[in-house]
Amino acid sequence: MARETGVWLYAITPEFDASRLPAVNGVGGAAVRVVEAEGLSAVVASVDLAEFGEEPLRRNFEDPTWLEATARAHDGVIDAVSRLGPTVPVRLATVYHDDDRVRALLEDRYDDFWAALRFVTGRTEWGVKVYADPRAFAESAWSTEASAEGGGSGPGTTYLHLRRAQLSAQQAAEDTVAAHAKDIHAALDRIAVTARLYAPQHPALPEEPGRMILNGAYLVDDGCTDEFASRVDSLAAEHRGVKLELTGPWPAYSFAGAEEEARP
Amino acid sequence: MTVETGRHRPPVSAERRVSVVDILDRVLATGVVVTGDVTLSIADVDLVRISLRTLIQSIRASAPVSDGISARRAGP
Repeated sequence: MARETGVWLYAITPEFDASRLPAVNGVGGAAVRVVEAEGLSAVVASVDLAEFGEEPLRRNFEDPTWLEATARAHDGVIDAVSRLGPTVPVRLATVYHDDDRVRALLEDRYDDFWAALRFVTGRTEWGVKVYADPRAFAESAWSTEASAEGGGSGPGTTYLHLRRAQLSAQQAAEDTVAAHAKDIHAALDRIAVTARLYAPQHPALPEEPGRMILNGAYLVDDGCTDEFASRVDSLAAEHRGVKLELTGPWPAYSFAGAEEEARP
Repeated sequence: MTVETGRHRPPVSAERRVSVVDILDRVLATGVVVTGDVTLSIADVDLVRISLRTLIQSIRASAPVSDGISARRAGP
């Protein structure tokens, strides 16, 4: 019995010479190719529907090992393509019956794709993750307050003073950490064309010390790349007790929707 | 400070070291959304839990992951 195949969609680009397509394999190890229409190229690969059909996908998404491998393969193709020129990434797990359906998509969404491509042309997405340990801020605030309030009274009163100082120090530390995140984002946003904030990743999980207090994506004009990277460094120097991590370059995942253009 | 105007990327571009959670943040929640013929409507799936479970799995490879997203049917 013949295998049933579908067409996995990675990205949309302006039409380009398919011989320049990087030799990367996509999800499930399938070779990548190009489908063209209307001056646009869709980067695709044929996939086995026994693994990438709707029901198998639903099941496989439950398997973290499969999900990681598939997400990395999807990203690997899009990253390679984005190094050739403007690229609009397509969300993971978008599969068509055949090439004709992909051509129909390029025709139907022609205006959207060109708007998105124009928006990301000459720009690159960078990620900035910021970490801080609120306890470190709380400890320093607490010792300051405790020594200010200390002296006189019995042990019970002293305990209450200390406890109150500790609680207010914790709140102050949270406020301090939030203020750091806000300042850093504002500074980076000023250099970027636009930005998008993700939820901070789970505290126990990243290898970095402390808690993630900012998880931002920034679309930066390629002419401002150095300025942006230096600003990340200088912000790290200006904000003591806070650690910044720059990631990228990313394909413009976070800015592929045309709605971002609406930002004033 | 001098700002170069040409297309230029700092040295980090040489080899991307990318955490799986950073990738999942992006490939699951962003990118242009088009309606495929075979579409897992992941917009309705609890993405935070998926990425969290994947990350936990990558750190504690031995830990069984039993609670699923299967109870949440995706899409209409």
